[in-house]
Amino acid sequence: MIRTLSAAALALGLLFAAPAARAAGEYDVPPPANLSFQGIFGTFDRPAAQRGLQVYRQVCANCHGLRLVAFRNLRALGLTEAQVAAIAAEYQIADGPNDEGQMFQRPGRASDRFPSPFPNERAARAANNGAYPPDLSVMTKARHYGANYIRALLTGYQDPPPGVEVAEGMHYNRYFPGRQIAMANVLFDDMMEFADGTRATAEQMASDVTTFLAWAAEPEMEQRRQMGVRVILFLLILGGLTYAVKRRVWADVKH
Amino acid sequence: MADTAPSHGTTAEPEGTRRDFLKLTTTAFAAVGGGALAWPFIHQMNPAQDVLALASTDVDLAPIAEGQAITVMWRGKPVFVRHRTAAEIEAARAVPLSELKDPQRDEQRVQRPQWLVMIGVCTHLGCVPLGQKPTDNKGNYNGWFCPCHGSHYDTSGRIRLGPAPSNLPIPPYEFRSDTQIRIG
Amino acid sequence: MAIGLHDSPFKNPVIRWIDRRLPIFTMMQKEYGTFPTPRNFNYFWNFGALAMVNLAIMIATGIVLAMHYTPHVDHAFDSVERIMRDVNYGWLIRYMHMNGASMFFIVVYVHIWRGMYYGSYKEPRELLWILGVVIFILMMATAFMGYVLPWGQMSFWGATVITNLFSAIPFVGDSIVTWLWGGFSVDNPTLARFFSLHYLLPFVIVGVVFLHVAALHITGSNNPLGIEPKGPQDTLPFHPYYTIKDSVGLVVYAIVFAALVFFAPNFLGHPDNYIPANPLVTPAHIVPEWYFLAFYAILRAVPDKLGGVVLMFGAIAVLFVLPWLDRSPVRSMRFRPIAKWAFLLWTVNFVVLTYAGSQPAEGVWVTVARIATAYYFAYFLVILPLLARLERPLPLPESISSAVLRGGGPLPAGAAAKPMEKA
Repeated sequence: MIRTLSAAALALGLLFAAPAARAAGEYDVPPPANLSFQGIFGTFDRPAAQRGLQVYRQVCANCHGLRLVAFRNLRALGLTEAQVAAIAAEYQIADGPNDEGQMFQRPGRASDRFPSPFPNERAARAANNGAYPPDLSVMTKARHYGANYIRALLTGYQDPPPGVEVAEGMHYNRYFPGRQIAMANVLFDDMMEFADGTRATAEQMASDVTTFLAWAAEPEMEQRRQMGVRVILFLLILGGLTYAVKRRVWADVKH
Repeated sequence: MADTAPSHGTTAEPEGTRRDFLKLTTTAFAAVGGGALAWPFIHQMNPAQDVLALASTDVDLAPIAEGQAITVMWRGKPVFVRHRTAAEIEAARAVPLSELKDPQRDEQRVQRPQWLVMIGVCTHLGCVPLGQKPTDNKGNYNGWFCPCHGSHYDTSGRIRLGPAPSNLPIPPYEFRSDTQIRIG
Repeated sequence: MAIGLHDSPFKNPVIRWIDRRLPIFTMMQKEYGTFPTPRNFNYFWNFGALAMVNLAIMIATGIVLAMHYTPHVDHAFDSVERIMRDVNYGWLIRYMHMNGASMFFIVVYVHIWRGMYYGSYKEPRELLWILGVVIFILMMATAFMGYVLPWGQMSFWGATVITNLFSAIPFVGDSIVTWLWGGFSVDNPTLARFFSLHYLLPFVIVGVVFLHVAALHITGSNNPLGIEPKGPQDTLPFHPYYTIKDSVGLVVYAIVFAALVFFAPNFLGHPDNYIPANPLVTPAHIVPEWYFLAFYAILRAVPDKLGGVVLMFGAIAVLFVLPWLDRSPVRSMRFRPIAKWAFLLWTVNFVVLTYAGSQPAEGVWVTVARIATAYYFAYFLVILPLLARLERPLPLPESISSAVLRGGGPLPAGAAAKPMEKA
């Protein structure tokens, strides 16, 4: 009894120790985004992810890189080989040296990764008033509250409450630590059209790009969960069998 | 409980009992699990997705004069690209199939007759044959010669003499234009 | 040791040929086959075997990861992401390694807890215990360096904070830090040497584990009653009884491990480590991995830098001398009613320390960490030594098998109590 309680105390303590302290700045806890991949057996909604890709390319990619994602990875979202080749070819990729020893630009191929809008962090800061638009490849893993945070942040812009001073060049966003963020609101209703006819409201675009970014950060998620179900089911059966053998072996022994 | 000897103390049971079946099933299950666990550790050494994706190499043909050849790397292997002369093409096409250890017509090996594109790895034990440079030993058939064990290839890259079992392989390639091919 | 071929009892000709020249089969038969093991183990005794399995998993996954990892500041983060995205099953192996580290500490903490509750550190098992503490320290060093390798923000800043601690050492502190860094800050030389040592130390751990098990096989295992086996009636051969029981524990362990790896692989981690290391941007709160949090809390509890370092290392050092601090002749806390509660409080205290370590060192948590640190040391340095002299333990059973026959635990009231057995 006592030992069970201690073990439980240990476990509970570890449970609460794991999510470490919040960032120093205050911020509102983001509400659940309720996206298809959230929840223990969720999957990525493919049409949503494809719309999110469009949002990334047309809006986010002006400032944010996605350097760990290759064009060929987009096949997993349901794009055909031709569609992937077409998207890749829209980008110029640095290559070389050629036979003259020069670096040159060439159209992208499926095997290339998304090029970043700036060559390095300093150039990015110089173009953005000293603020660095981070690469988005693993963004839903790189922030507390993950996808919920990204989703809420994108539509979390509002006028500051009375008495709150917003610094020059900053914007009020209740979900960002410190509630002032250098990035302006970039999602506006009907700023683009989706091929599947879904209306591009700011809320819709925020949800869809979050789905896309969650996939970009964890492309293996669906396979991982499927494998997990099979592995745990297998282990439960093996556990039952092993325990039965244990009971048999120990049956006639006083212990 | 009179049993004091440490043993698998139970009443004796005949062979092939329920207990053995349970043990057998459990062991089998564990073995399957072990195998399934081992597979990712083995498969991770197979080429990764980014390596598999790096399929193609583009080659500019314009600088290759007639009678000259260049070597490009493709998937870590040398590829011979030769701008053949009319005489070399003639010679290749004149060979009867019955003389060939690995019968293949020259027309089957090229898309355009003056451009021969093949993987420059000897099909015997993997050396890179000589013959790309004008000063190289081209062997008895004026093509390529492998110095390791004496395999001779003709102007179509087919094995004519020596221990190699088959012709120099042709990689997949396509003409992007008259002066550019994409291998792979 | 006699010269000449070993007299092997095996019949199979291949096994016999090997065994006569190198008696590994005889050794396996003796140490893991017939080895007399107390028959009253509870499931807490599974955790040593689980730790060994966990070590094997860490080595296997680690060697595989090292095939794909690049130990250079410009490439480390990307090479890990390449493992996650492009290497076949790379995500699985990486998550196994990452969560395997957490599982290793969970298993070892329970293993240590068992040792403390049942008095497994007492005579004649003092050296066994000390070897265990050595393993624990090696594990912490290995885990610390391993966490630096992905070169995320927490990797870099955790390394910076912890290596900077050594500057607190008087006179030679700064030289030592420069020596550790291989430069003037945590940078490429630091990463490269951490990779080398991270690969090396697990094999040192294997060596010390071998000594740890060898020492165990000289004294024999302790058991929940804390009284020595008196004969075969008190023991069972290790195989098949404990091979099968350990297998049950192994499957349960695997289920917990799988739940983490497949469904919550980043739950025990910190999001900041998915941000590439940036020497110019310090994270709002630098926190180590959860298994270090208690010691981190002790470090920060002391306002003085050197004092904090001394106390943090002291928290481990005190474990070395536990056998001499606790002189009570009774091993198992089942029979030490006051010590039991002091120890259970110490357990809860450790959890409190862990949580305090996760919070910013502000407000109420400063006080909590200080009180918890005080109790951590008071337990070892004051309470146990005092209880050894003052506590009246409960009467011990006559033997393991008699307790087993009666259903375990102390004799009923009124029965003649056996004189307290000297541990």
